[in-house]
Amino acid sequence: MSDSPATVSHAPLDWAYAESKESTSIVSIPEEQGLYIGGDFLPAANGATYASVNPATEGHLGHVAEAGEGDADRAVSAARAAYETYWRDMPGKERAKYLYRIARLLQERAREFAVLETMDGGKPIKESRDFDLPTSAAHFFYYAGWADKLEYAFPGTDPRPLGVAGQVIPWNFPMLMLAWKVAPALAAGNTVVLKPSTTTPLTALEFARLTREAGLPDGVFNVLTGHGDAGASLVAHPDVNKVAFTGSTGVGRLIQRAIAGTDKKATLELGGKAAHIIMEDAPIDQAVEGIVNGIFFNQGHVCCAGSRLLVQESVADVVIDKLKARLDTLRVGDPLDKNTDLGAINSADQLEKIQELVASGTSEGAEIYQPECQLPERGWWFPPTLFTEVSQSHRIAQEEIFGPVLSILTFRTPDEAIEKANNTPYGLSAGVWTTKGSRILWMADRLKAGVIWSNTYNQFDPTSPFGGYKESGFGREGGRHGLLPYMAGVV
Amino acid sequence: MSSPVLVESLASPVTDRALRAYLGSVPSVDDVMVHQRVAALATRSIKKESKRAALELAVRMTDLTTLEGQDTPGKVRQLASKAVRPDPSDPSIPSVAALCVYPSMVPHAAPVLAGSGVHLAAVATYFPSGQAPGESRVADVRTAVEAGADEIDMVIDRGAFLAGDYVKVFEDIVATKEACGDAHLKVILETGELGTYDNVRKASMLAMAAGGDFIKTSTGKISPAATREVTLVMFEAIRDFHALTGRRIGMKPAGGIRVAKDAIRYLVLLHETLGMDWMTPDLFRFGASSLLNDVLMQIRWLDTGRYQSADYFTKD
Repeated sequence: MSDSPATVSHAPLDWAYAESKESTSIVSIPEEQGLYIGGDFLPAANGATYASVNPATEGHLGHVAEAGEGDADRAVSAARAAYETYWRDMPGKERAKYLYRIARLLQERAREFAVLETMDGGKPIKESRDFDLPTSAAHFFYYAGWADKLEYAFPGTDPRPLGVAGQVIPWNFPMLMLAWKVAPALAAGNTVVLKPSTTTPLTALEFARLTREAGLPDGVFNVLTGHGDAGASLVAHPDVNKVAFTGSTGVGRLIQRAIAGTDKKATLELGGKAAHIIMEDAPIDQAVEGIVNGIFFNQGHVCCAGSRLLVQESVADVVIDKLKARLDTLRVGDPLDKNTDLGAINSADQLEKIQELVASGTSEGAEIYQPECQLPERGWWFPPTLFTEVSQSHRIAQEEIFGPVLSILTFRTPDEAIEKANNTPYGLSAGVWTTKGSRILWMADRLKAGVIWSNTYNQFDPTSPFGGYKESGFGREGGRHGLLPYMAGVV
Repeated sequence: MSSPVLVESLASPVTDRALRAYLGSVPSVDDVMVHQRVAALATRSIKKESKRAALELAVRMTDLTTLEGQDTPGKVRQLASKAVRPDPSDPSIPSVAALCVYPSMVPHAAPVLAGSGVHLAAVATYFPSGQAPGESRVADVRTAVEAGADEIDMVIDRGAFLAGDYVKVFEDIVATKEACGDAHLKVILETGELGTYDNVRKASMLAMAAGGDFIKTSTGKISPAATREVTLVMFEAIRDFHALTGRRIGMKPAGGIRVAKDAIRYLVLLHETLGMDWMTPDLFRFGASSLLNDVLMQIRWLDTGRYQSADYFTKD
């Protein structure tokens, strides 16, 4: 390198970002929180509680009720009563007012909810602030708009609500999954009993208080906190008309079995092992950003994560080199720091699963790459990880890791890319990077996935339906399609 | 003296075929993701000592510029003093990187800057349009260098680039570099006239291979001038060129960067794309005029906790 002609040559600066922590003073978490049933916070029938834990510090965030025997029944009865006494027969334009009010309140209290979401779940504040909360509010706005137009949504039909919806949601996007499920259910005239994930109950309970603030009639929305058995008794309850579940394929199977032979409607949004395909004519630098977003968004705790990278061999080296360099710039640490890119792993259990699968990757012969990064001492953490030299037969190419771990495979021709991409029991999402428009359409035709992103990844919008093929589940959430599973008389 | 050959296939005399093969290997650019990445990095929260360091660096990276038809020797001499000592009330504030003027103003600025370490940059090659015969453009450069400029900001022939006459653009830059002698060459792509990020990336790769020490977005006479998006695309080209040749090329966004907050966002983009090696005035400059006073104002606010009126900062 030739030197500057200046007499002084400047040494590069040692520049690090000073800590920029989002304040938690906006949030107040009650020491004890009950089940939200019929407009009241009530203890579990057996009085049991458990602590919600901040995965970034292992600190307690108060206690919540642990629903047990009889609690699902109380919640479903409250929802049934609310359904029959007012919600079912309320004109759509009146229901819409509540939904609009909820949406506006969510916007007003967005920062508070974002901080709470990050404390309870471990995701970076920049994600809860810029993605989870704005998108949640957008879902309520969107479905509020449908509430008085249902007969126009499905012309020539006689749309009616189903009754009580039992909804079981996961810990990766607690608030957003609530919005995906609650907004269309209420818009269509159903009442809801929601079972948030064991590890992330706090925003759902805060949302219950928000619905009170919005004046939502008692019993229209209910929350059962607790463990898997609470979800199981909710799903199995004979007076639940509709089951909506997002979570693992394993639990999805149990639910299918539990409701077999009943006339309950169901939508299941389950796991995934998405293929993210990089063709040789892709915009390489942007594709690298897309890959990073695809797998490291929310620490990879994303059912549609682009966890299986398929790169055309002719560009594999350059893509992998750029990807490694990009990984080195990721900032892992305190989720409340506004500059954090990767937060904490949601729970000790999940960390153990990730560690176990990563160990299998190494022992089956794949090559691991992890950037040097200092992980905090307390809490549950996993560094961003790449595996190269991965074969289709490796467990890390087949099983959903649900963590910040990317498996990289190569292919030679478009046909081979399709064959490998579809060679999985899952079929939730896929991504394709190429500048050739005709190839995008050719691939989209052949990929067996519910959502296909081209030259982008992880884009969500309330107007766009989302859901899977094969073991990734069935039914669609979002868009006009998202109303269908909550209505009778429409097909 | 001829410039060193940085890319083997492009040895002189360069052929159209060789240039097209070289540019054909340049990856395409996806606009949507470029904008998304820039938007994501704009949310970086730079506080306290990081902010203070960034602001001081921004001063040291500024090419303080005046490029007006109404420039006079007096105006240029005043601005040259400001370049050496941006804030007379605070001697701890460093000098800027360079003063950037028209070639005719170089003789007036040179004595003021002498011995200060502040570079003297001249926009040459019939800035801003570049629409002049090759020999006139080169003569313009020689005059500026002889008068004391140690940095030359040239414009490429956008017409030739858009017409696909890459050889002309390439040879122009080679000739200019030769005329520069020891002076550093910044190649202005005038990205606002190139139309697409794909073109920006290609023009960047072309300018670097032809011997530019810096690539620069704009003349400031065309809108849009510098944007963070176009800067990211050029950073990515610089990164690729470094991987290809081992040579570090500098970057200068110019035009439209007026406030300190914006400057910090550029530095974040630089930091997270090219990394710490490029965080030096040797490899990054802001082409700006009004930016400097806003940066000085923010520094004083950080140091004293008070915002002062714009009247407390010199306007030269």
